[in-house]
Amino acid sequence: MTATSDAQKMQYIAAQAADARVNVELEAEGMTLNIGPQHPATHGTLRIIVRLDGEQVTAVDPILGYMHRGYEKLAEVRTYPQVTTLINRIDWVGSFANEVPFILASEQLMGIEAPERAQWIRTILFEMGRIANIVLFLGDMGVQLGAVTPMFYALRDRELILNQIESATGGRFHPNFNRIGGVKDDLPAGWITDTKTALNKIMDFCQQAEDLIVGNEIFEERTRGIGVIPADVGLAYGLSGANIRASGVDWDIRRDSESPLPYDKVDWKVWTHPDGDSFARYWVRLQEVRESCKIVEQLLDGIPAGPIMAKVPRIIKVPAGEAYVATENPLGQMGFYVVSKGGLEPFRVKIKTASFSNMSITPWLLKGAYVPDVITILASLYFILGDLDR
Amino acid sequence: MTDILLIELAYWQESILKLIFGFAVVLLPAGITVYLYLFKMVSFMQSRLGPMEAGPYGSLQLLAEVGKSAQKEDIFPEKADRFVYAAAPYVVLVSTFLLVLVVPFGPDAMFVNFDTGIFFALAVSSLSVIGILMAGWASASKYSLLGGLRAAGQLIAYELPLVLAVVGVVIQAGTLNMSRIVEAQIEGEIFGWGALGNPYILTQFVGFFIFMVAVQAELTQGPFDMPVAESELVAGYMTEYSGFRFLMFFIGEFATANIFAFLGATLFLGGWAVPPFVTDMFNLDPYSNLFNFIGPIIMIVKMLLITFVVYWVRFTYPRFREDQLQRFAWKFLIPLALINIAITGVAKVVF
Amino acid sequence: MPKIPGLVKGLGITLKEMTKTVVKGAETVQYPHEKENPAPRARGVIALHEDNCTSCMLCARECPDWCIYIEGHKELAPPRREGGKPRNVNKLDRFDIDYSLCMYCGICVDVCPFEALFWSPEYEYSEPKIADLLHDKSRLGQWMETVPEFEPYESGSQAKVKKVPRP
Repeated sequence: MTATSDAQKMQYIAAQAADARVNVELEAEGMTLNIGPQHPATHGTLRIIVRLDGEQVTAVDPILGYMHRGYEKLAEVRTYPQVTTLINRIDWVGSFANEVPFILASEQLMGIEAPERAQWIRTILFEMGRIANIVLFLGDMGVQLGAVTPMFYALRDRELILNQIESATGGRFHPNFNRIGGVKDDLPAGWITDTKTALNKIMDFCQQAEDLIVGNEIFEERTRGIGVIPADVGLAYGLSGANIRASGVDWDIRRDSESPLPYDKVDWKVWTHPDGDSFARYWVRLQEVRESCKIVEQLLDGIPAGPIMAKVPRIIKVPAGEAYVATENPLGQMGFYVVSKGGLEPFRVKIKTASFSNMSITPWLLKGAYVPDVITILASLYFILGDLDR
Repeated sequence: MTDILLIELAYWQESILKLIFGFAVVLLPAGITVYLYLFKMVSFMQSRLGPMEAGPYGSLQLLAEVGKSAQKEDIFPEKADRFVYAAAPYVVLVSTFLLVLVVPFGPDAMFVNFDTGIFFALAVSSLSVIGILMAGWASASKYSLLGGLRAAGQLIAYELPLVLAVVGVVIQAGTLNMSRIVEAQIEGEIFGWGALGNPYILTQFVGFFIFMVAVQAELTQGPFDMPVAESELVAGYMTEYSGFRFLMFFIGEFATANIFAFLGATLFLGGWAVPPFVTDMFNLDPYSNLFNFIGPIIMIVKMLLITFVVYWVRFTYPRFREDQLQRFAWKFLIPLALINIAITGVAKVVF
Repeated sequence: MPKIPGLVKGLGITLKEMTKTVVKGAETVQYPHEKENPAPRARGVIALHEDNCTSCMLCARECPDWCIYIEGHKELAPPRREGGKPRNVNKLDRFDIDYSLCMYCGICVDVCPFEALFWSPEYEYSEPKIADLLHDKSRLGQWMETVPEFEPYESGSQAKVKKVPRP
């Protein structure tokens, strides 16, 4: 490492600053607007440099990494229970959903199958995490578009779901409830009836959101035909989850891939919409919340009796190998690729998150849109910064 | 003024009193509406209680906000045009204070009795556009500029429906003078039934609807708040302002809302008067001195009704995009207003 | 019945919510004056039952943040019955949990083989100075009073309800 002189350091800093500074004077061909890291519309510290021609966008450059916390590097020096704790914080709104693919991958490596009751409890909490996440989206898209009131209804009704997650796991946002081989503890008495009450409230909220937002003519005008993603372009960019289902692609990992979670034992359907615009993405997510409520109710009725933890040694040493498990998380497809060299800690954990792929389509999608439409499209694509930057 | 207070006042004493009343009329209802609607009504609509700690039920919260804004650092952006930047809030406030001159609060309780009252009011309300453009340009920030340009386009577009909606009332009343419009509503009759007078909201309901929509747009409120789109432009043309200057914009916005509501109450709801059957019940003379004292209270009640609708709509709907907004004004509101004028004119001649 | 346009229905919903708040009260809790009770399993603070702790250091090792500080020494305790030899026991000198670092993950509580750590739903222990967030042995022992009893499980569960050791 050669020592850099002070002059070189100053030059480097000045170059970086000049790079980052966006000129205030109007340029000849167009204005460069910095939808900067501090902004109410981006769900966190995301920076998007937009080149405008009047109010139309000509070029978009998203700059990520303001929230990079180094999960994959951290996972190399933490034991498996500690990694489970950390990855709760990737998509901080969809609490439980983050842990599931990692635990499933680790169980695949160890060759352990969790008992049936544990799988059912996992699925129930997974779907509740999905409900919590998407209810926030339903309110949040209203706020991005200007309707401030539905957000409060969303937060109010989401509290009930979070309270239920808390009474089962101990934490509202970071449950840390999965263990390799099962779940940590069983459900407390009375949980099933309380959860069913909470789910009824969520169904009422969905009806309210439908009346207040989807039925609103102004909302329809703002979102219909905005940000249309054709199915083949979406698949090429790697979109997943509700974003691609809103373009008409009938793909849902819960149904289409092998997993020990009991999705095949309940009666549910996958919602798609042919349009592919922002309205379709909102509508598909609204139907998904309703569908999740139905799934959880059926699961609650049929939880099998049994143990919640398989026979697992106290100190967990995972044999050498690699495994990749992807699940249908609230934001899209989340996958964990775990490589183990037979130690206490994983050798490498690669995290594939949905928001990263969702974000990659924005330079293509936002060309030619108006500035208000930029906000609508970003809101309808729905990414969480923790998921985007890891 | 002398006949209200029944004492002889010198001209300079009268002017000082009018000055104090002027400030009171602008600032006091603004304070009431801010508390009632911005703090309490929106909170109740969102299932929460709003500010509760400052004073009983949070009534002194506005005082706390004023104190907080007054002690903030006065920031000037580096590249801002200092004079224009400093002057912009005052220009917006000037239009507000000028508007209140022509509103009648009683048979004699008004600041100036113009013969072309409503014409003056509409002309003066366009002054705020200059203030907003000044704020947007002088802030030397792209967000503010975008906000200012959007505001200018929107405010100019919605001036026309505002004026045309009022023209229907003017045709029906036959005069531009605000107090005589109120008198025409008191003395009018609906098909020979005089108990209710003739508040123009009944016959001019289309005009009232257009007036309300245009007022919402003139205040950059509700579905028309593109210039101040909070989730996109942070605060539009007000982004770079802080402390006391921001407070001026804020109070100006609410004061203007109230004064437009006063105008709406005068034109459509009968102003400071109560329906004739009430005055007949108590055997009162609608033009007596009593109404100079009750009149302002009645006006405030009517103003609260109209602002309730304004803020109800504001907190429920998402916002229009700028081009949809313009399309709505030019292609829908203006033809509707013109049709309204045509029908009013015909009806006035026939009936 | 003609379809009510969505705009009017939207206004109706906000008006209904407003009257509901005026009549029935808000959904929010006015915090310093009324407090909500978190669930019994809520992870508020960790309590230490000193008699069970053998300073095996498992919790300090497994903590992802290394926020537990343990020091102990060995002592000779009297033999359990007559004629036996004296036993070595571990005595705790220092057991601190630094709550400014703690992530509230619960790995220490899970991993303790002697059930010396318990969760308590207490959450109001914020301090003006960060150094005061280091809770020492006696304070952790005081939190044991706030630890609720373990709840019975749902039907169909095969887990056994554990008991909280009380002094």
